[in-house]
Amino acid sequence: MRFWLVIAGFLALVALLAVGLRLDPREVPSPLIGKPAPAFELPLLEQPDKTFSEKDMLGKVWVMNVWASWCPPCLVEHPVVSELARSGIAPVVGLNYKDAREDALPWLKRNGDPFKVIAFDAAGRIAIDYGVYGVPETYVIDRKGIIRYKRVGPLTPEITQKKLRPLIEELAKGG
Amino acid sequence: MARLFLVSLLFVLAFQARGQEDPALERRVMALAHELRCLVCQNQTIADSNAALAQDLRNQIREQLKAGKSERDVIDFMVARYGDFVLYRPPFKATTVALWTGPFVLLALGVWLLVRRVRKKAPAPELTEAERRRAAQLLE
Repeated sequence: MRFWLVIAGFLALVALLAVGLRLDPREVPSPLIGKPAPAFELPLLEQPDKTFSEKDMLGKVWVMNVWASWCPPCLVEHPVVSELARSGIAPVVGLNYKDAREDALPWLKRNGDPFKVIAFDAAGRIAIDYGVYGVPETYVIDRKGIIRYKRVGPLTPEITQKKLRPLIEELAKGG
Repeated sequence: MARLFLVSLLFVLAFQARGQEDPALERRVMALAHELRCLVCQNQTIADSNAALAQDLRNQIREQLKAGKSERDVIDFMVARYGDFVLYRPPFKATTVALWTGPFVLLALGVWLLVRRVRKKAPAPELTEAERRRAAQLLE
């Protein structure tokens, strides 16, 4: 009896640790979910004399993708982001993070530019307001400008299929 | 070689001078930076980390303190963006009760089990005459 108790205790501990090991410590729950997208106004990457503000997107469900030309995982996820943008399900806005125009523009030329518009956050200030800590990051923002989803790290076809698209469709239907 | 040495000496002096611009402010910045987790390299504080984001966040702290904000304001600013996880010392609240009290609960449980076990241990039973003789025989 006592022996089995010890075994049961041990197995419970193993189960607890197994679950703990599977959790991704990089997945920090964002306190911004359900909150209004922080306000900003930034120059465009491709047209420095024009600006973009999150208010320009009010009334639409949209996706914001934070990327940089110096970030290898951004290149990895780029086909997925491009595919999402091509599908036309929601406009995808780029936030170019701590980058230089002379690096970012050739990068887009090489890899394609799926973005509706790209805001240029050279100092990374706006990204701090959005709690960005590991590019790439992707946000889904609803019609009222509320952040509904945040992904840290590259988008994968699976995440797009299982999370992003259903969420965007649902948000587009309601409200 | 001598020139290289001189140049590096100048660099060191320049950096020291910069640090001393406002030592009191710098101390407050570093004290706060020690309380905040660097999310890029999660086991370091933003004071210890040289990640670009940690540098940016240290600059944020410096600017906000310079602008007259309090330590509390800066912490709230960080938590609003990065969540409680950014605090190196997690706050005590409903979701962290287990984290804070768990070790003490386990310790208490362990002590309780130990005490129970020690108390319960009955004194060794008296030996019968035959056993006593056999023991004496074995010991010889």
